[in-house]
Order: sequence, then C-alpha cells, then structure tokens
Amino acid sequence: MITLNGLVAVCLTYVVFLFVIAFFAERSALRGQVRWLKAPLVYTLSLSIYCTAWTFYGAVGSAARSGFEYLTIYLGPSLVMVGWWWILRKLVRIGRSQRITSVADLVSSRYGKSNLLAICVTILAVIGTTPYIALQLQSVTLSFEVFAQPGVPSPEEGLRSYTALWVAFGLALFTVIFGTRNLDANERHHGVVMAIAVEAVVKLAALLAVGIFVVWGLSGGVAQTLARIDASELGSWQMDGGRWAGLTLLSAAAFLCLPRMFQVLVVESDDEGHLRTASWAFPLYLLLMSLFVVPIAVVGLDLLPAGSNPDLFVLTVPLATGQEGLAVLSFLGGFSSATSMVIVAAIALSTMVSNHIVMPIFLRLTGNGASVSGDVRHAVLLSRRLSITGVVGLGYLYYSLSGGGTALATIGLVSFAGVAQVLPAMLGGIFWRGATRMGALAGLTSGFAIWLYTLFLPSIGSGALSDAIMAQGLFGLSWLRPQALFGISGLDPLLHAFLWSMTFNVTAFFSFSLASFPSPLERLQGAQFVNVFDHSGGPRSWAGGVAQTEDLMIMAQRILGAPEAQALFEREAHRQGGRGLLPDPTPDFLETLEKELSGSVGAATAHAMVGQIVGGMSVSVEDLMAVADETAQMMEYSARLETQSNELSRTARQLREANQKLTRLSVQKDAFLTQISHELRTPMTSIRAFSEILRDSRGLTAAEHIKYASIIQDEAIRLTRLLDDLLDLSVLENGQVNLNLRQGLLCDLLDRAAAAANDGGHAVRIRRNGPNEQLMLNTDLDRLSQVFINLIANARKYCDADAPELEIRVSEKTGLLVIDFIDNGSGISVEAQDLIFEKFARVSDRQAGGAGLGLAISRQIMTRLGGEISYLPGYGGAAFRVALPRNFALAAQ
Amino acid sequence: MPKQVLVIEDEPNIIEAISFILSRDGWTVKTHSNGLTAVETVLMRKPDVVILDVMLPGKSGYDILRELRDLPQTATLPILMLTARGQTKDRELAERAGVSHFMTKPFSNAEVLAAVQALVAPVGDAK
Repeated sequence: MITLNGLVAVCLTYVVFLFVIAFFAERSALRGQVRWLKAPLVYTLSLSIYCTAWTFYGAVGSAARSGFEYLTIYLGPSLVMVGWWWILRKLVRIGRSQRITSVADLVSSRYGKSNLLAICVTILAVIGTTPYIALQLQSVTLSFEVFAQPGVPSPEEGLRSYTALWVAFGLALFTVIFGTRNLDANERHHGVVMAIAVEAVVKLAALLAVGIFVVWGLSGGVAQTLARIDASELGSWQMDGGRWAGLTLLSAAAFLCLPRMFQVLVVESDDEGHLRTASWAFPLYLLLMSLFVVPIAVVGLDLLPAGSNPDLFVLTVPLATGQEGLAVLSFLGGFSSATSMVIVAAIALSTMVSNHIVMPIFLRLTGNGASVSGDVRHAVLLSRRLSITGVVGLGYLYYSLSGGGTALATIGLVSFAGVAQVLPAMLGGIFWRGATRMGALAGLTSGFAIWLYTLFLPSIGSGALSDAIMAQGLFGLSWLRPQALFGISGLDPLLHAFLWSMTFNVTAFFSFSLASFPSPLERLQGAQFVNVFDHSGGPRSWAGGVAQTEDLMIMAQRILGAPEAQALFEREAHRQGGRGLLPDPTPDFLETLEKELSGSVGAATAHAMVGQIVGGMSVSVEDLMAVADETAQMMEYSARLETQSNELSRTARQLREANQKLTRLSVQKDAFLTQISHELRTPMTSIRAFSEILRDSRGLTAAEHIKYASIIQDEAIRLTRLLDDLLDLSVLENGQVNLNLRQGLLCDLLDRAAAAANDGGHAVRIRRNGPNEQLMLNTDLDRLSQVFINLIANARKYCDADAPELEIRVSEKTGLLVIDFIDNGSGISVEAQDLIFEKFARVSDRQAGGAGLGLAISRQIMTRLGGEISYLPGYGGAAFRVALPRNFALAAQ
Repeated sequence: MPKQVLVIEDEPNIIEAISFILSRDGWTVKTHSNGLTAVETVLMRKPDVVILDVMLPGKSGYDILRELRDLPQTATLPILMLTARGQTKDRELAERAGVSHFMTKPFSNAEVLAAVQALVAPVGDAK
C-alpha cells in the first residue's frame, strides 16, 4: 500500500514536471520557436480542460446514479465542435481582430465597450466558477483520503482542509508564475497551454488504463462487459428525453461561455485553422474519455460495498483489486484534471477581475498619476496576481464553508447553468446587429437573478435560503417558490432553473434590444462583430479595397491641413501611376499615410484612425491606452505652448508699455530741453541787449546807467538761481541726496523760513499758531526749510489779495506732522492744480520771476524726507499741505 | 511821421531793451504783453512792423502769426519773430506760418535794428 507521504511525493514530482514543461515552453516561445507550440494537437488537447475532475471522477458517479445521462455532458461540446464550429470560428476571428481577452471583454466590446456589462459578466463568472474551483479542491482532497483510508471515505477534517489548502496554494503559485509572466497584448500563455496539453494526455491515459483494466482485466472482455451492463440496474434505467435535451443544451452553452473554455478556445488560439482539426479531434477525445465510464461504474457497483462513493470508483476499483500502480496513475489523472481546470479558470477570471474591476478602480484612484505606462504595467501585473490569488482563495473558502458534501456532478451543473446566462448576449451579439447594451444588460441580470434564486442559493444548502422560502416561496407567495416558479412544480430543479432563467434571459435580451437604441460606438462595434468576416484580413496588414480613400482624405485634411493632405494624396496617386487625384488604398499607401499622420497625432492614434476607416483592424484596449498616453502628452505640450504664448504676449505687452514710456520720456525730455533753453536764453537776452546798450550808447543818464546795470545783475542772479535749481532738482531726482539729519524746533524752522523769504514780492502777513509749533523734529532741517521758503515765497509772489495773508496751521494726523500753508488769494485753477508740481509749470505770468522749479524741487524733497506735499483744494486761496514724519530715523525703519 | 513798431513780448526787461534800441533810431514803439489780445491790438494800432515773441501767456506766437496772415489787413504785414526757442524745427514752423524774418534770442541789438529797417525798406518810402 502506497503511503500518503509517497503520494504527496508523487504529486510534487508531477507538479515539478509541469513546471519544467511550462518553463521550457515559455522559453521556446520567447526565443520565437513557437511552431511546435502552435500545433493543432496542442490546441485540441488544451480544450480538454473541459474535462475537469468532475468529468474524470464525477462521470462515473453520475453513470452509477443516473445511467447514461453523463453522456449529455460530452454530447453538448461535441455537437458544438462538429455542428457549430462556424460559431467558434466567428468567435475566434472576432477574438483575434478585436484582441478580446475574456468573455467579459467580448461582451463589453460588442456592446459599445460598456464596462458595466463587463463587470456584470465578471461577477457572474466569478460566482459561477467559484463552486467549480471548490469542486476541484474537493476532488483532490477526496482522492487523497481514498489512499489514506482505502475503501472508507470517512474523512478526517484536519487532513481534509490541510490538503485542500496546500493544493490551492500550489495552484495559485503556479498560475501566478506562468499566468502573469508577460503582459502580452494577446494574453497568450504558451507555458500554461503546453502544461495543460500534457495534463490532457495524462488524464486520458489514466482513464483509458483504468477502463482497459476493468473491461479486460476484471470483466474478461467486451462481450462479458456488455452483458454485465445489461444485467445491472444501469441498463434498465429510463431515459428522460427532456432532461437529456436540456442537459445537452446546457453543456453546449457552457462549453461556449465558460471563462476557462473561452480562454483556451479563443484567447489562446493562434490559428483559426486549428479549429478544423479540433472539430473532429476534440469529440474523439471526449469519446475516449467517456468510453469506459459505464463499465467502470457497473463494475464498481458490483465490486464495492454498497454505500461506497461512486464518484471515486475510478480510484477505488483499482485499489480494491490491488492495482496500486494503476490507482496512482488514476489519481494523477484526476489531479491533472483538477489542476488544469483551476489554473486556466484562475487566469481567465483574474484577467476579467483585473481588467474590468481592479484596474478601473486603480486608475480612478490614482487619477493622472499613473500616466506613465511603466506604472500601469506594474499595476496591471500586481492586480492580476492579486486577482489570481483571490479567485483561488475564494474557491478554497467556498470549499471549506460548504464542507464538500454535495455530489460532484451537481455542483458542476449549477455552475454550467450560471455561466450559460452569457450565451444570449454573446451569440446575439455576434449574429444580430440589433442587439443592444440595454438588451444584453437586461438579459444577463434577469437570467442571473433567476439562476441565483432558483438554483445557486438552494444548492448551497439550508443556510442561504430559509426552509420557509423553499417551501412557501418568497414573501410567502407560493408562485415564488425557488424550485417551482410560477407554480410549475414537478420539474427537475436544474431543468426548472435553466428553463426559467434562459426564458427570462432571452426574452429580456430581445425585448430590451428592440426597445432601446444603440449608441454610435455600439453600432460600429456591432457591425464589426457581426460582419467580422467581411472585413478582417490578416491581423496586421491593411486590407485594401474596402478602405474608402475619400474618407481617408477627409480625415487627413482635418489632421494635416487641406493643402498638405491633398499634396500627399496627389503625390501618392502619381507614384502609383494612377490618373486621378486619389490613390488606391494599397497597404503601401496606408502605411505612408499612417506615418504622416503619426507625425501629427502620434503613432497609436494614427494607427487607430486609419484602422477605423479601413476597417481591417479595430482598436484594442492597449491601442486606446497608447492613444490616451499620446493625448496626455499632447495636452501637456499644448498647455506648455499656451503658457509660453501667454508669457510671450505678456512680454510683448511689457515691451510695448516700456516703449510707450520711453517715447513719453523722450517727448518729456525734448520739452524739458526746450524749456531749459528758453529759461536760459531769456535772461541772457536781457543781459546781452543791455550790455550792448551800455557799451554802444553815448549820453546815457546816470539813472539809466544804474537801471540797466541793475537789470544785467538781476538777470545774472536769475540765471545762477536757475542753474542752482536745475542741479538741485537733478540731484534730488537721481536720489543722490545725502540727508543731513538734525534735531530742531518747528517754530524756529518756520521763523527762519519766513525771514529768508522776506525779500521780493509783496509783503504778506503771516498768521501762525505759536503753541502748536513747539514740536521737536528730527529730519533734514535745511531741506525742510527750503520747502517752507518756497511756499512762503510763492505766497508773496502769487497771492493776489489786496491784503495778502498766509496762514500756517500745524497739526498731527496718524503719526504724521502736517503743516498747511493757506493764503487768501484767488488760488489756483482746477486744471492747473495737477500741473503745478511739474517742472517749469508756471501758472501766472512771469513777472514774478522764477523758473517754475520750486514746487518740483519741494516735491522731491518731501519724498526724500518720507513725507509729501500736496495742494489742498477748496480753501479759496492757494493752500499747500506738507506732511512728514516727525522722526525721520524712526520712520525710515 | 515816424514808423510805428509793435513789440509783443512778455518779458519786461526785453521789452525795455528793444524799446530803447528802436526809439533811439526814431521809431514809435508800442508794446503789448498778452497773447490773447495780441491780434486785436495789431488791428487796432496798425503798426508798420511787428516784433513777435513765441512763448506768450495765453496764446503762442505761432498762432498769432497764423491768424494775422489769414486776415487781409495783416496778410503782408512785416513781422519779425524773436524767440528763445532756437531749434531748426521752430524756424521752419515760423516760416510755414508766414513769418517775415526769424531771429533767436539772445540777439545783437544792431541785427534787430537792421532787420526791422530791412522789413519796411522795400515797401515804404525812404526815411
């Protein structure tokens, strides 16, 4: 008797063997040596994942319980392969031209790339497949137990979950390693496929070996076996036609819709031609698999004690007859069936979960952060790996929760009925252009809901649906009883569920499709799917002829601009030797066009655009991602350009403003020079004229002599003062003033200023407020005094009152010392008030003398002292306000 | 009857200087110092020669000159322009406005006298 440890060692060796095969296949594929990997035989064998542990062990069990009914499970796929191979061909073609990665992807692509639909299918697939994975774990565990306690399948709980856990772990590891090795756009896994093909051989060999042993070794030949079958209960079991038809249909539907079958049939398919081989080879494989099921069942029933689990006859029969080697081989066959199913299912489901649930969430969460393709790639790989672990983990969880009591075949059929809900949307999608997203969604959800309620939840056991609901229906409505919907009772629960779910599914699918209107993208995709054979040539080359050169022209004009596009098309037409302006859409031309376009919009976008118009190629997720990358880049560029252009226009505006300012300054400088010239020439004119008079004229009186000499002197003084003022102003304007800060009393300062301004002009009575002026100042007293003198002198010169008066008011406001000089003259006109602080701005006639620089100088001085001088309108007379900080040093800080 | 010259100028010392020079030569000198009323004064006094400053309070000498030239009575009146603005463009401006003679300040007394005399010589009878 082989020990449990020995069996574990065999298992491990076998797994290592699979690893090696997968590894070498993967390496060969990487080196490009894929020819032997692409053999039709490998494709056919890989389809054998249809035969899981359920078929390996469960078929015999089913035969022992229900006679030949197990054949329906093989019949369905065989019918599909032989009779409906054109459906498969269409699926494969669509899968390749649209780069479909999963059932969910197929359905979502067909219905306008709806991710909602993809999520629905994904959830359905996960819920439908989880029990199936649990089933595989259970079968492996059970088969281990057979060896642990031969013939007595009473499990020991610890061992059970221990085995299942390790198997689950090992399978997850294998799948992660070989299922996410590369992120190929085509989602092909050469290593995995090769390992599965090898496993297909192992399980077929195992089952055949057991069968041959049973027929020839135990029964003594074919004739005796047949006789034995006739003699058994099995032979006399009634065949229920309805159930047979239903099961056949169910298995056919599942064959097309099972995620793992879609994976090997469509996604991993390299060549449509392989279907031709598979269409006869795969039914043959199934035939061989089913050939010895009944003999084994009959002999098992005969040989083994009543109550033995018929699901394990494949193992227990050889063991009971002492054929330990055969039993180990058979065990490996079952092990192979289980592992290959779990691996492929995990890959298929993880692709869906990752692409349609995890990645969208991830991309939404990270926002723009993941625009670098490397990031996304890493994230995709991680999400695949997590999804694989999650899917296998879910299977293990289901297994450990359900306790694994139910007969294997039942779980399998529940699963079949679940995934079959995708069928209407799938077939409707590839054959009927009128099918819409709404229809698909309605069909899927209604079918799924009914399946959940009538089959899946009841199958879990008493936990999921209460006995009350089972017996009296939901809300106590008897027509809502899960297994007798609408009062139709007496049907087999499976058929009942299949019938109702499919009826609702199909009805909803058609009615909603007819009632709703497809979006443009949906219609486009629909056309591409339904008419896939019309316009899919080779996957990479452009199919000429179908392309509309005019459409291409319109597109090219939009992107390149009309003249460039026309020139390009004419050049190409000329190169082709044609006469017209439009070239033929030869592959050459399309390539050239694509190259030209990619200069403007990026390679991926160009490819997608040309592809859409030519119709030979549709746009895959990867294409779209590349397009999105390019678009993001272009948006960044254009944002940058916009920034630059904004900067440029800002700079241009600044330059324009600077230029205007310079022009203004230049005009001001000209005016200033003219003014200076005038101000200098005027006194010089008098000086020259009178000096000539004094020189040339005889007989001048003494009084005339004195008068003319005085004029010369006055004008010379005026000139000197003008030059002094100009220099002073220039120094002040350039900021080259050294302030001479001193302390002094304001009243002293005003006294001195009044005295200094005393000569010239009319006498002005100055009114002051003594007490207010007892303020200590710390500033440049000389400069401040200069301002005071100027203001008092102005009052003397310009105050036109009969009794001129100047009032000097002192106050303090918000920390500033404020001194107002208000005379009682007629004041300064409103227009002139703006001008008086400008250079040479003299308001009245020039008898008063002075060059008009006084107030300009005063303003400069006050600015230097941290204060200001301003005109106070509304006092009647001229009123000036001088405001400055009392302590310049403090204010400067 | 002595010839009459009207001096339109706002700088008192210059008025005094020109008056001295011309009256010593036998001219009757009238003066006016406001730009705004200059044209009326010319029409009223009907001088033989006008000496016109440019920068006058109220109205520029150029404007006064243009207005005088537009009037038939004064279209050919000899007008000597004296200005402290001695740039070429000022001279051109004056010539376009129809000045008879243009001089910049400061001037030589003899030149002013000669210019005034020359302005009346071709038309008037000998002095």
